[in-house]
Amino acid sequence: MTVAAATPTTSAAARFSPAWILERISRWPLHIAVIGLTAAWMVPTIGLLVSSFRPFSGQATSGWWTAFQNPTTFTLSNYTDVLSQSTTNLGQAFFNSFMISIPATVLPVSIGAFAAYAFAWMKFPGRNGLFLALVGLLAVPLQLTFIPVLSFYVQHLHWTTDNLESYGIPGLPWVPLWLAHAGYGLPFAIYLLANFFRALPSDLFESAEIDGAGTLTVFFRIILPLSVPALASLVIFQFLWVWNDLLVALIYVGSTASVAPLTVNLAGLTTSLGQGSNLLTSAAFFSMIVPLIVFLSLQRYFVRGILAGSVKG
Amino acid sequence: MDFSVLLQDIPTLLVVIIGVPGVLAAYIVGGEYLVRRLPDKNRPRVRPWIWVGPALILVAGYLLIPAILTAIQSVESNRVDVLDPSTWGTNFVGFRNFSRQFADFPTGGAWVAIRNNVIFWLIFYTLFTLAFGLVLAVLFDRVKYESFVKSLIFMPMAISSVALGLIWDFMYEYQPPGAAQTGTVNAVVTTLLHHDPVSWLQDQWPTDTFNILNNLALIGAATWGITGFAMVILSAALKGIPGELLEAARVDGAGELTVFRRVILPLMMPTIVVVGTTLVIFALKAFDVVYVMTSGNYGTDVLAYRMYNQLYLASNSGGASAVAIILLVAVVPVLIFNLRQFRAVEARR
Amino acid sequence: MGASIKARALVTAIGAVLVAVACGTSSSASGGTVKVMAEWSGQEQANFLAVVKPFEDQTGIKVSYESTRDLTAVIKTRVAAGNPPDLAGVPNPQLLSQFASQGKLTPLDGVLDMSALKQNYSQGWIDLGTYQGKLYQVYSWVSLKGLVWYNPKNFTAKGYQVPKTWSDLISLQSQIKSSGVTPWCIGLKSGGADDGWAGSDWIKEIVLSQSGPTVYDNWVAGKQKWTSPEIKSAFTTWGTILGANDSNVYGGANEITSASFKTSGDGLFTSPPKCYMHNQASFITSFFTSDNPSVQPGTDFNFFPLPDVSSQYTGAHVVAGDSWGLFHDTPQARKLLQYLTTADAQAIWVKAGGKLSPNKQTPLSDYPDALSKESAQILVGTQIAKYDATDNMPADMRTAAWQAVLKFVQNQGNLDSILTNLDKVQQTAYASS
Repeated sequence: MTVAAATPTTSAAARFSPAWILERISRWPLHIAVIGLTAAWMVPTIGLLVSSFRPFSGQATSGWWTAFQNPTTFTLSNYTDVLSQSTTNLGQAFFNSFMISIPATVLPVSIGAFAAYAFAWMKFPGRNGLFLALVGLLAVPLQLTFIPVLSFYVQHLHWTTDNLESYGIPGLPWVPLWLAHAGYGLPFAIYLLANFFRALPSDLFESAEIDGAGTLTVFFRIILPLSVPALASLVIFQFLWVWNDLLVALIYVGSTASVAPLTVNLAGLTTSLGQGSNLLTSAAFFSMIVPLIVFLSLQRYFVRGILAGSVKG
Repeated sequence: MDFSVLLQDIPTLLVVIIGVPGVLAAYIVGGEYLVRRLPDKNRPRVRPWIWVGPALILVAGYLLIPAILTAIQSVESNRVDVLDPSTWGTNFVGFRNFSRQFADFPTGGAWVAIRNNVIFWLIFYTLFTLAFGLVLAVLFDRVKYESFVKSLIFMPMAISSVALGLIWDFMYEYQPPGAAQTGTVNAVVTTLLHHDPVSWLQDQWPTDTFNILNNLALIGAATWGITGFAMVILSAALKGIPGELLEAARVDGAGELTVFRRVILPLMMPTIVVVGTTLVIFALKAFDVVYVMTSGNYGTDVLAYRMYNQLYLASNSGGASAVAIILLVAVVPVLIFNLRQFRAVEARR
Repeated sequence: MGASIKARALVTAIGAVLVAVACGTSSSASGGTVKVMAEWSGQEQANFLAVVKPFEDQTGIKVSYESTRDLTAVIKTRVAAGNPPDLAGVPNPQLLSQFASQGKLTPLDGVLDMSALKQNYSQGWIDLGTYQGKLYQVYSWVSLKGLVWYNPKNFTAKGYQVPKTWSDLISLQSQIKSSGVTPWCIGLKSGGADDGWAGSDWIKEIVLSQSGPTVYDNWVAGKQKWTSPEIKSAFTTWGTILGANDSNVYGGANEITSASFKTSGDGLFTSPPKCYMHNQASFITSFFTSDNPSVQPGTDFNFFPLPDVSSQYTGAHVVAGDSWGLFHDTPQARKLLQYLTTADAQAIWVKAGGKLSPNKQTPLSDYPDALSKESAQILVGTQIAKYDATDNMPADMRTAAWQAVLKFVQNQGNLDSILTNLDKVQQTAYASS
């Protein structure tokens, strides 16, 4: 597969020739727009970042931008306090979050890709109806599903955290949560992927079938590689939704330290009356690190021309 | 703090990282293997169900069945335990739960929430997010430092809803006129615009019964958080447009706006529909920002928050179910639009 | 309910045998776990764990503690799904009464030593936990409402006197206003579904001390209309505190609704002060000292009880607290609950600050400073103690009342329509629960 270089400029002019300089200048509005919009977008985040290095008294009484007039007031205490005051082990919480988020991303993305392939390229009775029902179910408020699902877990499957932990099988206590996140994430996964798969040129499949390739080969060798940008964006979203989830985890696995994710841990930094809310500023950055790494590492799949080499002119 | 647990348990993590995809791959390969053993005639009938089966089971279990139970509860009184089928129908109340939600137009029942969702959130949240996402994706596509600026716009997505509420509480903070403003927005308003500070979340401008300002303030916070989502998917679609096509149009002398309108926009339309549909559903489901920032006060209630309130605080599961059904019904027009859209795609094949 | 209940019954039976065997050498470790769920997180969680530490050491029973800020949603879901904790501590007793009415809670009459409990707790606290003649909830830590906080330094500087009566308070208020500064700081923002409760505290305190306990009880029970003269007068009396257009309060309506209850009292310590008085429950001291590390109890802040509106009901106070409910009657949970009602257990948290003990045996010397000692004294000596009214109303009513407070602050002129609306909610809220 050839990756056509993404060259936005149409420039063929020699460096420093008048035409080249003119073109550079004509691009200034673009750069100003890009940088301006990004900077404006960053303001709230920067405000939070600056606040996270300020003591509570400063946060409450003056705007974050005033902090630079008196840089000596900057402190790391919000960060060190999160590390020290966290009532349970932060390392354990990070580990739990990984144990929850990775399978809870892999499951809906893979199962969703299987289903999306069928919805996009196979014919079966009730296909459109099922697909629409799936999209519609995206609107079900999750809170309504908690009691029916949890009571099924508890009363029919005996899937309580205590029970599952007692088997001593690694990962088992999180299975209820993985499946729940998969169920909740699937409608969007299927919707996004099916639309992407459907848009792939049909001659690809025809030529593959002429070559005698089976369904599996078409799926793994053609569809998946061509859909990398869609898959990458889906992975990013599903991962960070699960990573940032607090409520679903609280309901299905509870807040016991041995199984609870980072969000539960960080939510526990403040008291029931909200004392210690200054710690939430730094906690926000703690919990942002991993989703950002996932985003940055998958970003290289968003390049022009993934399709370029394989689409016949 | 002790991170050693991370190291100790890495084998477990590895087992899970390899095991889960392994099971999934084994399922689909095994399924195909079995399908191939079938007579030729039966294969196309069985195969799709192997591929959609696991998804249908999970979605049925986690969403469809609870949705059906909700529909049952919505026409029963609260005395019915909807988990116990033997009680179904014993306290049928018809549409009473719904008529209570539709009572006292325009400020009673669920009307404020309906108005906020169906007018303010649906229109502004969807349009703002789509417009910002598209503009950013297209602009960023044309600069070399694209991945850097994209990561910056994406950052709010990585923030949890609680932190997002915290950030925007900081942004909208109000201090009385004359006092030093601690909120960014009010600092701008007072120093640059020389206007009195505004209590963005509480001020029911222009009227108590049609308060646009604080709803827009909430929608602004939510839009800020979700634009990264629209940008990433739209950008992925933009990358799917073959570069040669754009080059060809440019060589033909088309201006950038023309290229956008005639080439980029039509080719991205299916993705815009996908993102738009998702955003419409998110708009109807909006919950987090309202829950964290105003708890539905000052005329900012939304359906999902009202449902939460009815379910947990008021212990009115019939009312909560009715609100949820209203929400689901509101999605139907979007579904019909989608059906048309993908019939059109199929027809083009 | 299937095998898990049976398994639990088996565990209970085994536990009972073990306890019977261990009887006599009661201090010996019986082991096992108690699952506890409450709202306390952060520093409060640390305090609670410190309370149960001696219990764990002594009995060998492990306390497995889960905390969540969204307690109502989580616990209702868990109870409905058949997976409740053994023991839950909740801040709104109405929630536990509801579980009691559904038969989800174990009555405590057979669990606790009732005669000891009656000696240690005033009847008021026991009545609060009683549902249909049986005790279902028991309190371990409480707070006292209706305390007006002020900065003695500012009072001295301006020559203000601590008011003894309601009319003293009103004249102090006009004295403060006439010297060109603002009497009150009020902040009603709370986050989650709780905005407005801090304002409703004013209404409760005024109802209780203006119209007395009977009206108060009827009001809580839904038998007193919001539009009745008594309740309406509580609002208008609060209106005289707020002043026309909330002009007696720093920043007016916009500030009242957008300021947090946690930090609005910090206006006492700014220079110049934003305000001179702040009405809040006893817990607020921990916010004062953590937000403003330099302030000292007694010298920088002190309190006087909100004066009685009517001298007829002198010494009436509104209280609130966290109560325990027992979902699974295991021997371990019993022991823990017994322990939590002792003065020894309650003293541990009391020493850490921010809470008062309802147990009469808890020595005043255990309170960390003179101010908390004083509020504990008021609590023990109070003649008419009434539990936080809105926390005892059905949740629908409670939320509506809090919202009404916000609307009243925004426009006091709308009082009649606000109260009419509350009457409407009252009709349905009490019927459905």
